[in-house]
Amino acid sequence: MATKQPEVQELIIESGRSEKNYWIDLWRFRELFYILSWRDIKVRYKQTVIGAAWGVIRPLLTMVIFTFVFGRLGNLDQKSSVPYPILVFSGLLPWQFFSSALSEASNSLIGNSNLITKIYFPRLIIPASSIIVSLVDLGITFGLLVVIMGFFKYLPPIHILFLPVFVILAFFASFGAGLYVTALNVKYRDFRYIIPFIVQLGIYVTPVGYSSTVVAQKYSEQVRFWYSLNPMVGITDGFRWCIIGEPLYWPGFFLSLGVNLFFLWLGVSYFRKTEKSFADNI
Amino acid sequence: MAKPVIKVEQISKKFVISHESAERYTSLRDVIAKKAGNLMGRGKTPDQARREVFYALNDISFDVQAGDRVGIIGRNGAGKSTLLKVLSRITEPSSGRIAISGRVASLLEVGTGFHPELTGRENIFLNGAILGMSRAEIRKKFDEIVSFAEIEKFLDTPVKRYSSGMYVRLAFAVAAHLEPEILIVDEVLAVGDSQFQKKCLGKMEDVSKNEGRTVLFVSHNMGVIAQLCNVAILLNKGTIEANGPVNAIVDRYISNNGNAGTNSYTRAENIVDNKRNYFNKICTVNSANDVISDFSFDEEIRLEFDFTLNEIVPNLLIGIAMLNKYQSRVFTILKPVSFFNNYRDNRYRGAVTLPSSTIAPNTYSFVFQIWVKDGDVSKYDNLENICSVKIHDSGTEYAIYEGYDYGNVIITANWSTE
Repeated sequence: MATKQPEVQELIIESGRSEKNYWIDLWRFRELFYILSWRDIKVRYKQTVIGAAWGVIRPLLTMVIFTFVFGRLGNLDQKSSVPYPILVFSGLLPWQFFSSALSEASNSLIGNSNLITKIYFPRLIIPASSIIVSLVDLGITFGLLVVIMGFFKYLPPIHILFLPVFVILAFFASFGAGLYVTALNVKYRDFRYIIPFIVQLGIYVTPVGYSSTVVAQKYSEQVRFWYSLNPMVGITDGFRWCIIGEPLYWPGFFLSLGVNLFFLWLGVSYFRKTEKSFADNI
Repeated sequence: MAKPVIKVEQISKKFVISHESAERYTSLRDVIAKKAGNLMGRGKTPDQARREVFYALNDISFDVQAGDRVGIIGRNGAGKSTLLKVLSRITEPSSGRIAISGRVASLLEVGTGFHPELTGRENIFLNGAILGMSRAEIRKKFDEIVSFAEIEKFLDTPVKRYSSGMYVRLAFAVAAHLEPEILIVDEVLAVGDSQFQKKCLGKMEDVSKNEGRTVLFVSHNMGVIAQLCNVAILLNKGTIEANGPVNAIVDRYISNNGNAGTNSYTRAENIVDNKRNYFNKICTVNSANDVISDFSFDEEIRLEFDFTLNEIVPNLLIGIAMLNKYQSRVFTILKPVSFFNNYRDNRYRGAVTLPSSTIAPNTYSFVFQIWVKDGDVSKYDNLENICSVKIHDSGTEYAIYEGYDYGNVIITANWSTE
């Protein structure tokens, strides 16, 4: 044996024993995380004929339609200081990431049931790695944004350097909710029908086709504050701040952040609680 | 005795079976409907009453010493797979405690996580990581794995285009190159062609016997268990029925599962025929005097028979032949009736013992005749296909060929080479 470790660690298996070293275990299984993410990415771009092109066409078409509906028909583009397509696209960026990550994550456990019933590893790896694919899609969409900005000869503000922070926030937003839903999905399969519904409605109750300043102008600051209960509002606003320099509405942002933290806590704790019985229920 | 590498103390695993839901999973809709029903004041649902607690494992304790090769046997539903799942941390025990020292790898299925769209090369890395190998480790063993699987030419073909044989070979090759201190293996050798099975078995033997690793192995093939393991655990309905050296446990399992007495021949009392000489009773008996139909290869089979002779003619013989499952004769043995003693009014009793470790593991039946060469056979008894027996492999080198027709006897041959 080539890799003989001198120290023999004893493993204790007991009922209800919440492993103290769960997070260390997670770190130990990081290679599995890499490889599962890599598998999902590879499969995703292998299976679809047009592959990466799909990642371009979808946001592009959505942008065109939203620019037309909200900008032209809704007359919102007159108030905008930046080209309206860029405003729409900077909202589409986080939304598309969030919606695809949430769908991927919430179906991830069911989709990998063959692994869950046959092998041990911290189950958290599965939803986490499934989100990575959406992160790659986000990269592609961002490339597209750069092209569009070039087309409109638009130069983003210096805030764009903060974009990674908001990407991480978006990651955790979808991760928290995704964990909760995917764990529920193991037991109650009808949750998979709820996600497409949320995604479909969400794009309208999130400032994608319009800026959330419109909400404040139309109603009041008060409304805008409660509007930020939608966890994606704060994140979308953050993206806009980075990309088009729209001033960030801090109270709303913190409210969204709080809601996101709550979902993350809910997701992780529910997931950890039910994780042990996944193999029995799936 | 040294400290055991695996110490299992009073492990139980219970499942609550609800008889109402035939579906594999509940849906929220049903739950809401039921809760709403309760609120409406219909009181307790019958659901409550129809729940049943089922113990897949019930208070199991055993120790495994370093280097032991443990066979886990038992009928379907005895709890073998659940035990392996608990040991490999896939599912949690309901109570009890297990202490394991050393790195564990479990192989409950061949090719877990294989993705049909990915190539052979990619799947080696994927499957290796799933089984707990690091990328560096896989890279080091890559060539070895590929040559073991014999798929060099198809390394960059998606595995969905592989033949099932190639698929299994690749999957096992990855698993065979795991290097944990403790290996947990479920019935995985039941797949693949016999050539490859032999190779796998050789590899398993290599891993366990020569490298001194601890192996826990589930199989229904007693021959393989007997050949590979040194100790065995016999499970029955979630409890340990026996635990000890492999041969004793395998024999016990085989004789427990033999349908006692059912293969015996008894002449019907009220039969009307013109037979003057006939058999009254024939049965197969093991060395412990139990009437059984399942024997181990290294066990002697004693045929006991009782017959009536009303007409004794010169050269009257008792003839016994063994038939294989293709109805051809394995051997014939003859004995003049004069050899047997008359114990009461025209009735005789006799027995013959067949040598152990000779007749190849398979299913056989017997022919019993009372006859005279060139005489009128119809006058006497002629019983065909009676007292069928099953001979189980007890760990011969042909164990993995169980089910194949490799002949009726196993002989010891002397090989040589220039």
